This record gives sequence, structure tokens and C-alpha cells, in this order.
Amino acid sequence: MNLTLKIWRQSDANSKGKLVDYNISGVEGDMSFLEMLDVLNEDLVNKGEEPVVFDHDCREGICGACSLQINGEPHGPDRLVTTCQLHMRKFNDGDTIYIEPFRAKAFPVIKDLMVDRASFDRIQQSGGYISVNTSGNTQDANAIPIRKEDADDAMDAATCIGCGACVAACKNASAMLFTSAKVSQFALLPQGQVEATERVMAMVNQMDEEGFGNCTNTGACEIECPKGISLENIARMNREYMKASMKG
Amino acid sequence: MGGLIKSSIARKVAMALSGLFLVFFLLQHFTINFTAVFSPDIFNELSHFMGTNPLVQFALQPVLIFGVVFHFVMGFVLEIKNRNARAIKYAKYNGGANSSWMSRNMIYSGLVVLAFLGLHFYDFWVPEIVHKYIEFAPEDPTRYYTELLHKFESPVRTGLYVLSFVFLALHLWHGFASSFQSVGFNNKYSSAATKFAKVFAIGVPLGFVIVAVVLHFTH
Repeated sequence: MNLTLKIWRQSDANSKGKLVDYNISGVEGDMSFLEMLDVLNEDLVNKGEEPVVFDHDCREGICGACSLQINGEPHGPDRLVTTCQLHMRKFNDGDTIYIEPFRAKAFPVIKDLMVDRASFDRIQQSGGYISVNTSGNTQDANAIPIRKEDADDAMDAATCIGCGACVAACKNASAMLFTSAKVSQFALLPQGQVEATERVMAMVNQMDEEGFGNCTNTGACEIECPKGISLENIARMNREYMKASMKG
Repeated sequence: MGGLIKSSIARKVAMALSGLFLVFFLLQHFTINFTAVFSPDIFNELSHFMGTNPLVQFALQPVLIFGVVFHFVMGFVLEIKNRNARAIKYAKYNGGANSSWMSRNMIYSGLVVLAFLGLHFYDFWVPEIVHKYIEFAPEDPTRYYTELLHKFESPVRTGLYVLSFVFLALHLWHGFASSFQSVGFNNKYSSAATKFAKVFAIGVPLGFVIVAVVLHFTH
């Protein structure tokens, strides 16, 4: 199929970017979206032009590196997939595809389509862990009884790959789905209880400091999340935060 | 508690609680208005009580005004903060693919409701305050129904009233159900609560519209 791509080009963080049109032909339906961009880049390199910079790593939907706002949706029009898992068969011959970086003040553009998502790392570092003494006689986690439902919910929350699609989809650029998933995966388990108060306060404060917007419950994040992280996590984080605030 | 007031979650919870408070007020207002359709006497009696009871006048009324002002000021604050969180807009944004129009445009439906509140204050509340506390006019417990009929004589005013309630319904469609999520209520009862909120969002504004239209066409 032949496509017209409107791709955001920006030489560095301080430059002003713009959408540039590219025509690409011979795109196969079985190609992934990133493979299609590889073909474009090969073509650009052969012509002596600068290739388009974009994030990618595992290319199997588990690392959270790939991003891209494709036709106004993070990871494109398909559901429960990352950009690397998006197939070109989802598009039609002659289509015009807008490809933009994930937009948020807290995700500054590094170059072209690559954004700096270190703000997520800082949220995680502020409290997304448990402190365990690894002295050699640490208790086996499997020896602690946990309700099956809680274990399942914690596991579901832990499947968040931190790609930032929730922020990109949200009209307010809110990071509440990401932060709530990271809070929930510990809040549901006994190992997470000891530091629960400090964790939720620190992570929410860090999230606010990074300049993300406020959640207005549009639900866009849940729909666009490639891992299906549920809004239940945000409600849980709200409860955890209120509880922690009352404790002081 | 300092952190609770400053954080994004605190703002979200405060927005939800003030919204829920206004929902309760709306239901009470609707209940009184609806009596006008079938019994002018009951309407007069209830309006007289609300207009003269000291608890309502000097305790509940200031709380209501605070609730309204807080809700819309916080709404503006959140809107500005949220716009700042994405300095460069998308060239193509497909919000319709993942969220409802109502959820994405609360600021606009809210602005229409706020404009209506301005008109409503000018129409009902200001004359009422002037009547009672400036002119100290003699109290007539039967005046309320006649005044109400007078307000709905004009087709333009009745039309604006109806239009405002359409926007109120759109605002409530997202806002009421969303407030449950904001206060952390998301469990097996959420689906039923959301359905109730949606029925309320349509039913109560529709009730207000019915009162206005019935009074306009029958008098």
C-alpha cells in the first residue's frame, strides 16, 4: 500500500519542530508500524537525509520503550497493543497518517518522535518499592497467604510497562493511571503495607512536581493503555492517598 | 492536612465533593419546583418556608453559595493547570476514540451552566433579596407561584432556560458518575451507581424543563 506520513521533525529539545510530509510505497499489511518506519528511514538514509528518530527496544510489547501518537491515539488505532505490535493492515492504501511524539510538559521532546520519560522513573524512585532486608534469611514471599483476588489485581497493576500512553491519551496529560498502577501493585499486598503511607504521599507529590495534569476521569487512559490497566487503580490510589493524608 | 489541600488528588476529591453537594441541592430544588405543576399551594408553602426559615436563609444559603463558587473557581483552576500540562497541542487528536464528548468538555458545559446561574440570580435571587432585606416588603406567602408564572411567560426566556438545562444534563452525565471514582468508590456496585447517576443526569434536568414548559404553555 502507498501512504502519506505526516511526521513530527524536531532537531533537538530546544528547536521548534514541524510536521513533514513523506510518501512511502510498498508497505505490506504484515509489517509492524515500526518496521514501516524502518523502511522509511532506510530510504531517507539512502537519499542522504536524516532518519526519523523514534524510541524502540524489545519490539514485542513488553519493554515500554516505543511510543508515538498515531492519528491522534497513543500506539495507534488498535487496542491492547504497543506501537511495535501494531500492524500496517490496520491502515488502508492511500491513507494519510499523522505521527507525533507523546505530548506533555513532563515528557519533553529529545529529538523528532523521541521523548524523555524520565519523569516516570522519578515517580517510581520516589516510593515505588518495598524495603526488604536481603540478609540471606529473607522470608519466602510465597509463604505469606494472599487472597487470590488481591494477588491477581496486584499482578494486573504490575503489568504496567510505563510507556506513557495514559499521559499521551489524557486530554489533561495526567499520569494518574501510571502512578496508581505503581501504588496499587504494592498497596494490595502485605509486603507493601509497611511503607504504604509514605509511598502514596511521595509518589503523588512527585507526580505533581513533574507537571502532569489533573485526572478528570475521562477514561481515555484505560482505553488506550496497551496493558489494559484499569481505572480501579486510580480509585484505589485516591483512597490510599486520603487515608495517608489523614494519618499525617 | 496541608498536603491534602495542595495535591492533585485533593483538588479532585474537593471537586467531586462540591459537585455531589450541588447534586443534592439540585434534587431538593427540583422537588420544590415540580410541586408547581400540580399544586400551587404546596409550591407556595414550600417556597415560603425556604424563603423565610432562618436556618435555610442564614446557614444553608451561604453554604450553597460557597459550594457553587468553590466548584466553578476550582473548575477554572484545574482547567488552567491541565492546559499548561500540555504546552504543544497535537496536530491530530482523536479524543472521540477513547472518551465521551461530555467528559472532555466539562469546562464548556460548566460555563453555560454558570452563565445560566448568573441569569438565575438576576432573575430570582436578587429580586428576592431586594424584596426581603432592602425594601422590607410585607411578606405574602402566596406570591411565589405568581412570580414563577411571570418568569416563564417569555418564550425566549423559557427557551434559554431549557437550553441551559440541556447543558446541565451534559455536565451531570459525566460529572455525577465521575465523582464516585474521584472519592475512591470503584467496586462491584459502581456499575449500578453509574447507571443511577446517568438516570439522574437526564431525569432531573428533564424535570426542570417539564416544569418550565408546562407553566409556559398552560398560563
